[in-house]
Amino acid sequence: MSQVPANGRPLLEVDDLRTYFPVRRGVFLRTVGHVKAVDGVSFSIQPGRTLGLVGESGCGKSTVGRTLLRLIPATSGSVRYKGEDFFSYRGEELRKLRRQMQIVFQDPVSSLNPRMTVGNIIGEPMQVHGLASGSGRDEMVAGLLERVGLDPAYVTRYPHEFSGGQRQRIGIARALALNPNFIVCDEAVSALDVSIQSQILNLLGDLQKERGIAYLFIAHNLAVVEHISDDVAVMYLGRIVEQASARDLYSNPKHPYTMALLSAVPELNPRPRRRRIVLPGEVPSAVNPPGGCPFHPRCHLTRQAASDADATETAEITVGGTKLRVLRRCAEEMPVLEQKQAEPGHCAACWVTK
Amino acid sequence: MEPSAQPILDVRNLSVAFNSGPRQITPVRDVSFSIYPGQTVALVGESGCGKSVTALSILRLIPSPPGRVVQGTVGFGGRDLLSLPEPEMRGVRGGKIAMIFQEPMTSLNPVYSIGEQIAEAIVLHQRVKTAQAYEIAEQALRDVGIADPARRLQEYPHVLSGGMRQRVMIAMALSCRPQLLIADEPTTALDVTIQAQILELLRKLQRETGMAILLITHDLGVVAENADVVNVMYASRIVESAAVEDLFDRPMHPYTAGLFRSVPKLGARAERLAAIPGTVPNPAQFPGGCKFHPRCARARELAARAAAEATTEIMSDGESFRVPRRCASEEPLLREMEPRHWAACHQVAGYDEKPPTEPRIEHKRASVVQVDGEVTA
Repeated sequence: MSQVPANGRPLLEVDDLRTYFPVRRGVFLRTVGHVKAVDGVSFSIQPGRTLGLVGESGCGKSTVGRTLLRLIPATSGSVRYKGEDFFSYRGEELRKLRRQMQIVFQDPVSSLNPRMTVGNIIGEPMQVHGLASGSGRDEMVAGLLERVGLDPAYVTRYPHEFSGGQRQRIGIARALALNPNFIVCDEAVSALDVSIQSQILNLLGDLQKERGIAYLFIAHNLAVVEHISDDVAVMYLGRIVEQASARDLYSNPKHPYTMALLSAVPELNPRPRRRRIVLPGEVPSAVNPPGGCPFHPRCHLTRQAASDADATETAEITVGGTKLRVLRRCAEEMPVLEQKQAEPGHCAACWVTK
Repeated sequence: MEPSAQPILDVRNLSVAFNSGPRQITPVRDVSFSIYPGQTVALVGESGCGKSVTALSILRLIPSPPGRVVQGTVGFGGRDLLSLPEPEMRGVRGGKIAMIFQEPMTSLNPVYSIGEQIAEAIVLHQRVKTAQAYEIAEQALRDVGIADPARRLQEYPHVLSGGMRQRVMIAMALSCRPQLLIADEPTTALDVTIQAQILELLRKLQRETGMAILLITHDLGVVAENADVVNVMYASRIVESAAVEDLFDRPMHPYTAGLFRSVPKLGARAERLAAIPGTVPNPAQFPGGCKFHPRCARARELAARAAAEATTEIMSDGESFRVPRRCASEEPLLREMEPRHWAACHQVAGYDEKPPTEPRIEHKRASVVQVDGEVTA
């Protein structure tokens, strides 16, 4: 989206981030296992640029956003913000840094306090962080409301008086209140009507150009992510399975899951041209993910490869009562995210694709 | 489809009103459309446009009071469903016409097993013994691609995933072999790969049974790939009605055209999206005249070029601008602007030469989505 060149130090560097949630059972709530919601995720975001994070429900994309803002404690891994270890910050230093990192949530109804006026929702963070108070605060609030496309006279109104799109504008104004460098947009346009969604996407794009804000844009809608992102990472079962520039990922997907996802998006055309890859089964549980490549039970590439391969290199698996042949390696060994035959930086975790 | 077939469902001039405190609001006004056997007809629109209320009133499921049908007929099998005695209506509902909803968790009863819930409807509508109903239920689950259906019948809804629940809902709806399935946002709560499975399943079942589908959705991609005929609703009215190819090739209503432009398309990177200004109107505060005029780009452009006396100044979303006087004062009605293509806009070329008529479109799409890989779970 933005024209900021990708040089110099990244604003945010996430390295091998893991977030495990304990699964407790029995009277004494003994920990019997872990949900590996985020299982070794690494990426970086340059100032003023957007990384899109896509995947289906339960893949861990929202947990990534919340963990790196320390809304959920990380199990391991590191987040460097402007080169400094964000996870080691405490107290006043942490508070100062938090000003620069904000989040916009999916549901603008539950993320705005119904008992606070719009003026207080947007103005309170300024006061708490000592940015402005009194008439200075009111002026800043009015300016922000105007910037996100709302009438500044709305300061005395309450969230329920607004439509969904207007509430999302209020949520964005609140995120902007502390002049952040980085905003996590967690399904920020998913609950909106299409005619409103485009307004909010345009607003986010304009704000990025004006203020040089970097976004981690988490969403399940692939067309929306393609539109707003410079780079895109695709998650499946807590891991990034493919990562590339938005252009390359969408025109030349290397991971079979990305291929299936892209083919599943309905075309805005009554004479569809794309062939659809329908994946068998559903996303497996993160408590008990399949061994080897977590995608192998649903993967069309490994089935094709197995039909051409020597019998010793294949293995038989059972998916939903059906027996399938896959490459032995896919069923046994976890693939690593590696550079593929594509533009530099285009990585995928797959044993089959070159 | 056979030529000159009779529509299986014929909705004429349907208006539905709700009492909302001292006021009366009309979320559905003068809606007419037809569905022919084997056809998929879409009702597409944004939140509050009246698409779900339309569907619920066909089955007489709107809570009354506060809601009531104030005008219109719903023809089904030669009779008007709106004047059918309630006991007969109960035979239609869930029997000849079935419905599936967006949220399969709230539509399934958590305290009954899957088998009990499917069998209940079968016993009620097909007058068979419970044991036989379970056999039919098991086959219904197999038909929607659920592995190990005998075991699933014993399970409760909470153990199923969202996609699986929607399959159960479809199995339940289709267990009585309905002639018409009303699908209200059937895939909105599902992930895109699961959505693809469910839509392919519906297409397959339609090919096998010849049932008609009323598809209610806000997703234009789902419409493009599944519907034969599309009705675009905006603020209580159908504003455009056409065969799916014609609608996507040549949208006539500025709202339809605006929607197409505002959706990000896969593989087409645009710097900015052409957004429709303003907000989706609330049924309690619909504007007068053409309900779309406060957001209409075409109205603004035309007013900028027109003589001042033919225009009027309006305020919308804190902005004031001029629109043609007629757009702000007179409600446009659907007119057949081209064969099988109706639009309700004063500013479509040739609008005044055509008489207002109610749409009836007998059309079956030519192309379908090509699918690789198996569809069953």
